[in-house]
Amino acid sequence: MIVDKHGSPLSSVDNLKPDTRHGMILYVEDVSVSFDGFKALNDLNLYIGDGELRCLIGANGAGKTTLMDVITGKTRPDKGKVSFGQQIDLLELDESEIARAGIGRKFQKPTVFEALSVFENIELSLSGDKGIWSSLFHKLSGEQQDKIDEVLQTIGLTAEQHYPAGRLSHGQKQWLEIGMLLAAEPRLLLVDEPVAGMTAQETERTAELLTSLAGKHSVVVVEHDMAFVRSIARKVTVLHQGTVLAEGSMDEIQENKDVREVYLGEEEA
Amino acid sequence: MNTLLNSPNVKKITEKMSSLHFVIAILFASTLYVSVCNLMFAEGSLLHVSDYTVSLLGKYLCYALLALAVDLVWGYCGILSLGHGAFFALGGYAMGMYLMRQIGDRGVYGNPELPDFMVFLNWTELPWYWAGSDNAFVMILLVFAGPGLLAFIFGTLAFRSRVSGVYLSIMTQAMTYALLLSFFRNEMGFGGNNGLTDFKEIFGFSLQSSNTKLALFMATAVMLAIGYAISHFIVNSKMGRVVTAIRDSEDRVRFVGYKPQHYKVWIFVVSAMLAGVAGALYVPQVGIINPGEFSPLNSIEIVIWVAIGGRGTLYGALVGAIVVSYAKTRFTAIMPEAWLFGLGGLFVLVTLLLPKGLAGLVTNLMDKIDPPATEKKPSGSDKSKSDDPTLAAENK
Repeated sequence: MIVDKHGSPLSSVDNLKPDTRHGMILYVEDVSVSFDGFKALNDLNLYIGDGELRCLIGANGAGKTTLMDVITGKTRPDKGKVSFGQQIDLLELDESEIARAGIGRKFQKPTVFEALSVFENIELSLSGDKGIWSSLFHKLSGEQQDKIDEVLQTIGLTAEQHYPAGRLSHGQKQWLEIGMLLAAEPRLLLVDEPVAGMTAQETERTAELLTSLAGKHSVVVVEHDMAFVRSIARKVTVLHQGTVLAEGSMDEIQENKDVREVYLGEEEA
Repeated sequence: MNTLLNSPNVKKITEKMSSLHFVIAILFASTLYVSVCNLMFAEGSLLHVSDYTVSLLGKYLCYALLALAVDLVWGYCGILSLGHGAFFALGGYAMGMYLMRQIGDRGVYGNPELPDFMVFLNWTELPWYWAGSDNAFVMILLVFAGPGLLAFIFGTLAFRSRVSGVYLSIMTQAMTYALLLSFFRNEMGFGGNNGLTDFKEIFGFSLQSSNTKLALFMATAVMLAIGYAISHFIVNSKMGRVVTAIRDSEDRVRFVGYKPQHYKVWIFVVSAMLAGVAGALYVPQVGIINPGEFSPLNSIEIVIWVAIGGRGTLYGALVGAIVVSYAKTRFTAIMPEAWLFGLGGLFVLVTLLLPKGLAGLVTNLMDKIDPPATEKKPSGSDKSKSDDPTLAAENK
């Protein structure tokens, strides 16, 4: 229905807005994924509200990254339903179409285009026509220039805009990748371990940035750093063995008996 | 010297003069020089350039165009094609078919319709795919369509299934090898292992005349300049940046919302067409096209030219192709059996000592004379921190 047969779903996906009249931007229902018999996700249900900032925590192998893969189209679930707003069935779209529909993803390992300049990295990430011919004859408009400047300002890389991205520090790369997501003006941001390898100061700035994004965008953050989670999260979802173990505020989660047993318990021991 | 280069005026000129103008200027100047020396100075004069040399230089320019095509896909998009010789040969065969038909009844068997090898095989009529081959426009169409179509089919299949890296390289080798074997067969209708040869004229001009040879050389230089301009335009457009991004991180490109497979197929097809044009210009200048051009070894050699010249620069590919081909001409005249060892050794040396090829050597030297702007202000990162609003607020 969304993708037409001739491989040009561009216009339709680009024009599609997620229907959030029920206050939810993302629906993940009864999703299961298994790799060679190992159940990475097991009947998982997750709902993200429009404009919400949600943290996903869980031990290694709990299924956090697999969940991100399913939402962004990298992995197809064995069963279940994933939809963006009420009406956009994400399982029918491929990665690039999902990105254009308005879901941005930051990888665990910072992934930027090393040979291109910081400016060009953001330029490529701007929302708009991503087809071949429009790229070939593309001219940067004043509006786009302003948008790029605004993003550079937000991530604090204005002075480095003409540096090749490969020369940035680890923390700056993480920021650039977040900036690339922002340039695409997504409705939903999936952020995988944004503060891994960052200094305390950088972590603090990242926390501020992410909390400032919530509201205008919905943000899902996967993170191991509990202090960081505490500093940003209003609502936390704990994953364990491919299902949701608990959901609530950080305090509620820490009081939760199951969670203490399987997750926090292990950490304290 | 140093101060002169650093003076603002000179700097402005060098900035304005992009590699595009530079390459085209050099091409124009050397073509002019060769033409004048070929036409104006009599044989025996010191400045005379012989017809043989003109054709040889024309051949080098064909190789340069072929190397340019490989640099476009390998240097910029990271597709290591070890089968570009196939596109070159297909373009060559398209031209060869046309030239065969121009022979007319001057062949050994004097058949006005059929090329000699078909008469020899007792064929009574042209195979369907030779239809229209005596028409120059059909030939030109085929030069683009043949390699382009093969690249489109191969690229679509490979890139849609996300085959990349070494697996893709092996598949391109298999592709050119399969074509080698099939073109060897007489039943294919392309002259079997003898290929197509014994050409008489092109567009009505005798191929033996020195004016035609010079014109072909000039046409090659013009096509190389056009090919260079097109490639330059592509790599400096947003398309070029997307393609470079695919080389560095295909997944990221996908999650930013582009379809890398479309971009890869597109650039692969453009590159194959450039290679086809190079092949078509090559055949009338060397006078033969045979299945040997499909040999996997040829395709590997092209990649070595680009590696030696420096990939991802465009002009490096031209330099690599011309320098290595010239070395091959000289070397094989002295000790032919040692050439492959020489080439292999050269490749190893360049990989170890000059990972960016000859072009990298040049940019290194240029940087020493005139360091790029980014190196000049290392204080940039400090400045950015104070620019950052979140941190500024924090410091209060």
